[in-house]
Amino acid sequence: MNATLSRKFWNVAFYAFVVVIVVYAVFPFYYAIVTSFATGTALFEIHYFPAKIDWANYVAVLSSANFPRSLANSVFIATTTVVLALFLAVTASYALSRVRFRGRGILLMTILGVSMFPQIAVLAGMIEMIKFLGLFNTPWAMIISYTVFTLPFTVWVLTTFMRDLPVEIEEAAIVDGATPWIIITKVFLPLLWPALVTTGLLAFIGAWNEFLFALTFTLSEDKRTVPVAIAMLSGASEQEIPWGPIMAASVVVTVPLVVLVLIFQRKIVAGLTAGGVKG
Amino acid sequence: MTTPDSFQGQNAGPSLQQQRARAAFWFLAPMLFALFCVAAWPLLRTFYFSMTDTTLDNLYAGKWIWFKNYLRVISLPSGAVQYRGTLVDPNWWNAVWNTVRFSIVSVLFESVLGLAVALALNAEFKGRSIVRAAILIPWAIPTIVSAKMWAWMLNDQYGIINDLMLKAHLIDHKIAWASTTDTAMIAVLAVDIWKTTPFMALLCLAGLQMVPRDIYEAARIDGIHPVKVFFRITLPLIRPALMVAVIFRMLDALRIFDLVYVLTPNSAATKTMSVISRENMIDFNKFAYGSAQSTLLFAILAVFVSLYIWLGKVDLSGEGRK
Repeated sequence: MNATLSRKFWNVAFYAFVVVIVVYAVFPFYYAIVTSFATGTALFEIHYFPAKIDWANYVAVLSSANFPRSLANSVFIATTTVVLALFLAVTASYALSRVRFRGRGILLMTILGVSMFPQIAVLAGMIEMIKFLGLFNTPWAMIISYTVFTLPFTVWVLTTFMRDLPVEIEEAAIVDGATPWIIITKVFLPLLWPALVTTGLLAFIGAWNEFLFALTFTLSEDKRTVPVAIAMLSGASEQEIPWGPIMAASVVVTVPLVVLVLIFQRKIVAGLTAGGVKG
Repeated sequence: MTTPDSFQGQNAGPSLQQQRARAAFWFLAPMLFALFCVAAWPLLRTFYFSMTDTTLDNLYAGKWIWFKNYLRVISLPSGAVQYRGTLVDPNWWNAVWNTVRFSIVSVLFESVLGLAVALALNAEFKGRSIVRAAILIPWAIPTIVSAKMWAWMLNDQYGIINDLMLKAHLIDHKIAWASTTDTAMIAVLAVDIWKTTPFMALLCLAGLQMVPRDIYEAARIDGIHPVKVFFRITLPLIRPALMVAVIFRMLDALRIFDLVYVLTPNSAATKTMSVISRENMIDFNKFAYGSAQSTLLFAILAVFVSLYIWLGKVDLSGEGRK
């Protein structure tokens, strides 16, 4: 009797803990959505549920001169960054995972080291390079500078993925006389596409969210990426911060990410943990 | 782990090995070139700038001044000696202290909370996949968006946090969390812990799932208390995974920029090393001085990582754990 009672108690405690986790994780985003539907004085009353659905903030943000432009900038920059990183990373991680050569371990550690670089440490040199190339205030400034964190990360994750592919496939191809290039393009790529989707998505999220370089390398409003645009949305004074439009913009840029992450949940978790801990 | 190399030695001649090594070089070359251009070169240039008096207006007009951005000793005619430079700059040391304080507290909380969440997710229960999906949401939200969302929730007049805490009688007046000196760091910590605990939880969970289930089974049959099982079995077994997760988070925390910049702009109570060095570089036109500070940040991180890996015997490559 006592044992079952105590078990029941722990069961309830466990589920309570789980509910707390979920509420804690989801509530801020939920509250941003609630706020984004409020306008006028409704914004300054605290509602735990949307009082009424008012799309005015969304209309204001999406019809503004610069926010749609920022969205387009971000999509272009993040996509190009990802394609570039994957292109460079696939062949490199084949070499790193499948071919034994001297200094491989050191090379891998160097690549991991670069992915943990503080971005600020390369900022000064990057400013010089971007200005020298005449790319200041263009999307290419971001695309080039984002490579510093997307490339090492994609190489690292793809290397751990490739290391786990069965040796026999490659053996068979070698026996059939396939060159390394054929092995990569014809044998590994078809097996690798789930890994490519995962790393690509993670790199996309990284590029989409980046702030320091985007803030530094853009001058005019029409060149801004989404994070910079949201950070700079402001009213005439401290008291007039346009919270409604800010929340609407936040929801607009976050919903696609959340949807993508939920769809590719399992793959993302696998990719994240391959980047951090080898599972 | 079986490596592809094992069969090369037996079945393939040296020519194939050579061919593969040559191919490997060409496969690596574009990636290495790209990394050199975006990482090594800018880093070296930052070192270089930190030893000059370059300003942002003209990056090529700087003169070489050795370590004077770091420390400069000025002997006045009166015989008094004055020290200038980053190493005696109270603003810099304030930023160092802020960064270290922030990193230690946030990573500590994230590790404990992350481990707790991971333990819950490691249990079999109904709706586990929903919980796992839910905790991915904070991770997916851009930092700037999280900063704005929380800035709104922490707002002094209309913020929901003040409302909740007033109703719960935890506070007796509304607090301007992000703009009050005493609470600004708490606000930054709250957002960071919320945002990055999921990452910790997922890494811990990956570690937990590598622990064979029959160990728990055996412990249960022997009637060992769950708390003891956790400290004697689970924790030692996931220690390698935990150590790696902690260093990843620590490095992230030590370079924090965006959250602080957006949530608590210009607050001396939260200004971190990254924020202050960018401020000097861009906003104050002390490009070389900011470069010196970012070089110091890089040096601090490098020393920290080396010590951590050396003392903790952390296996970052994961090859020993297969």
